[in-house]
Amino acid sequence: MQKKNVVIIGNGISGITAARFIRKFSDHRITVISEESDHFYSRTALMYIYMGHMTYENTKPYEDWFWKKNRIELVRGYVTKVDTEKKGLMLTGGDIVYYDVLILATGSKSRKFGWPGQDLRGVQGLYNLQDLELMEENTQGINRAVVVGGGLIGIEMAEMLHSRHIPVTFLVRESGYWTNILPTEEGLMISRHIREHHIDLRLETELKEILPDETGRVRAIITNKNEEIACQFVGLTTGVMPNIEFLRDSGVEVGRGVMINNYFETNVPDVYAIGDCGQFREPRSGHPPIEQLWYTGRMHGETVARTICGERAAYDRGVWFNSAKFLHIEYQTYGFVASRPQDGEESLYWEHPDGHHAVRINYRASDGVVIGSNFFGIRHNQAVWERWLRERRTIDYVLEHLGAANFDPEFYTQFERAVVKQYNERYWGRKVMLKRKRGVRSRLLELVGTE
Amino acid sequence: MSLNRTYPSIQIAGDPTVSMSSTEKLGAGLSGLGFLFLLVAGFTGQTNPILFLILSLGLLSLGGVIFSIERYQKQHAPGVDNNGVMFSPSTRRSFFTWNLAILITGFYVLLYWFPGTLEGLIRTVDPLSYTLRGKAADQWFLYGTFYTVAVLVMGFRAILKYRHNRYQIIRTISVMFFQLFLAFLIPALLIMLQQPEFYFSYFWPLKYDYFFPGTLNSLEQAGGWGVFMVRWAVVIAFIGVPVLTYFFGKRWYCSWVCGCGGLAETAGDQWRQLSDKSMKAWKVERWMIHSVLVFIVATTALLWINADSGNMILREASNGFNKTYGFLIGMAFSGVIGVGFYPIMGSRVWCRFGCPQAAILGIIQKYFSRFRITTNSSQCISCGNCSTYCEMGIDVRAYAQRGQNIIRASCVGCGICANVCPRGVLSLENGPTKGRYNEPVLVPESEIMMPRRGDAKNEEWRERAFSQE
Repeated sequence: MQKKNVVIIGNGISGITAARFIRKFSDHRITVISEESDHFYSRTALMYIYMGHMTYENTKPYEDWFWKKNRIELVRGYVTKVDTEKKGLMLTGGDIVYYDVLILATGSKSRKFGWPGQDLRGVQGLYNLQDLELMEENTQGINRAVVVGGGLIGIEMAEMLHSRHIPVTFLVRESGYWTNILPTEEGLMISRHIREHHIDLRLETELKEILPDETGRVRAIITNKNEEIACQFVGLTTGVMPNIEFLRDSGVEVGRGVMINNYFETNVPDVYAIGDCGQFREPRSGHPPIEQLWYTGRMHGETVARTICGERAAYDRGVWFNSAKFLHIEYQTYGFVASRPQDGEESLYWEHPDGHHAVRINYRASDGVVIGSNFFGIRHNQAVWERWLRERRTIDYVLEHLGAANFDPEFYTQFERAVVKQYNERYWGRKVMLKRKRGVRSRLLELVGTE
Repeated sequence: MSLNRTYPSIQIAGDPTVSMSSTEKLGAGLSGLGFLFLLVAGFTGQTNPILFLILSLGLLSLGGVIFSIERYQKQHAPGVDNNGVMFSPSTRRSFFTWNLAILITGFYVLLYWFPGTLEGLIRTVDPLSYTLRGKAADQWFLYGTFYTVAVLVMGFRAILKYRHNRYQIIRTISVMFFQLFLAFLIPALLIMLQQPEFYFSYFWPLKYDYFFPGTLNSLEQAGGWGVFMVRWAVVIAFIGVPVLTYFFGKRWYCSWVCGCGGLAETAGDQWRQLSDKSMKAWKVERWMIHSVLVFIVATTALLWINADSGNMILREASNGFNKTYGFLIGMAFSGVIGVGFYPIMGSRVWCRFGCPQAAILGIIQKYFSRFRITTNSSQCISCGNCSTYCEMGIDVRAYAQRGQNIIRASCVGCGICANVCPRGVLSLENGPTKGRYNEPVLVPESEIMMPRRGDAKNEEWRERAFSQE
């Protein structure tokens, strides 16, 4: 294989995964450029630094010697211009880095909607290390914070502030938390959980305006219901968008993100885009054109590494899965669970009276084939679910074998019985019996059909 | 980087980002008062031991219990909060923890080599010693009392802290039980009954002299119970340890039974995050722990060879080995460093770097056991909570983020990694040994990510992909 000079812009999970796999597959020269940090750290752990669970050092998945040992050069700098003709990158300060192959993995930046006062001091999003440092500074000695936007970063920010005993008002546009993604019951359950933590959750409430004090710092916000809420900090978490301004005039085609095909190729040869900053020209049905997940970033990185190292590989998202944690409730999802009931679909929903555990399994009404599942406060095994969904198992089969997918710690109360009971009660005369207990044996039987 | 902030408040456990409630202050105050009385007792203990015992250990314990109830009862939702652990001077490496380490280390030095200085304290536990053992206290009874109180009070705290996790509750009750009965009350009772003092929860090589010819001979000569004790020592070390470790992994002993582990899991729990996770530390660990194992095996072997021969040179050598091991490992390492360094190097310094029992259990766990920590395919987000809170310094994340099961000789199966994981990635399990060491998985069965087995071209990719890390 001819040795190429591969340059990656961005040291997040996508860029770093690409770098690691290119090193595994080849002897190419690899350079990673980042403005944000000297070393790769886990962005998903930003909240835990603020909450004092971990230090910044703890969030680095590899020790600092790893990069030299694996011959991955790290450059700290900001790319101001990409010249695709000369195959060169201009860095702030005037340095030029040349490449044979360029991978854009620049991630996202916080999205703002042009609210009056959105650039005041004390108003910010949360995406990178610099945001975290700013948040540390912005939240010293404050009496109340407002978080705007009922998504994953919003609830993380609310939890972060809550951990510092800062009273939080949480504005959510929908009628329940994250109900553009979660079905109503789940959205309401999480909404109740948020309130359990004494977070002031305001549903169906939007931000209208942010008001300054005489020093240019936020002193209050006004909602769409014309209520004024005094606060010294506003977290704007209404989504993120691809971080691609520096590509202007580069010849690389952009829409909302960098336009790519299923091989992560842009319109310019030898220039690829992966992770949050890419936008698929033809997304698979049901999949978003821009994937802003940790897991997808990692898959993009591995796939593009194969293509660059000589085995042109199309992206295959596999069976959809995702996970999150809402304060103390863990969430896992497999396959597709729509936020609103779909035609031809049935849905089994079970919720524990304590409001901390729930199971949803959606299946086709016609033949019972399972389409997707949600779990709250119960851990399930991804490999088992992947297999069930691939093999189009029916709801009866899945319920009978539900124990095999249970991944909770030992001695935990199991809820499979209650879920099955609810299913049997719904269909008069149906008698699904649990056949599998939790544990390694059950899982092996489910996965390989033998111990 | 200005991301690490600190707070001036000093608390033994919990969230330092808020000032203490009045009940918490009461608890802390009572404990402080108890500690003060302990110091006073150290100088004047003989005058009224029962009163001093109640005022010192009693108040210390009561304060700890009140503090724990108030601190952890407030947390109503399920899950563990480690809020502020990295900020508080009491739980990160700080001036305070260094001083605490010096204080504990100092106590061990006095205990082992200058017990006379502890006379006042020893007399304080005389009434307890007479009740339990029918004779006056010595420094070891004082130590046992302190140790047991620490495991019980801090065990109570651990149960409250981890009360949303049934595995943690049962495990903590188990270590409290074994410390109180097998390592404290039963040995005391044996003394009361004029039988040899014997600890059923410790075996060779951790209790290294239990295989020394001298010990076995004197037990045999004691007859009756002594004979049973000899059989117990042999059977548990040669049959019990391998069989139980095969079924349950090292954890059945290290984090369920052992007193050293018991103290680490209770009193040491708040410092678990201080263990060193670097590759270098792992290297040092393997050299040290296996060297100690070789040392004690050689010492024991020499003593046995010597026992059958009248060879003076050999006797000198074996006695030399015995004394050196007792001083270096039995006292200095397991006690002074092992516990004294809790607030600096985490709660498992001895278990990780020194314990020969752990070395044996570890070898069995790695090669002949049904235990593993299963990783949930590609659900890991590399956040690092698991590695951070691993008291044994295992970089759990390195495995989890590759979808690889975690089977490490040092893992004591405390289960905290699975508990702090925000994505449900880790599960401690016993099961069939086949496939225990799995291939790294990113996305199972996806044709791109996970080449199908048996496909020659894909096998080659797999080879290249996973051989270099």
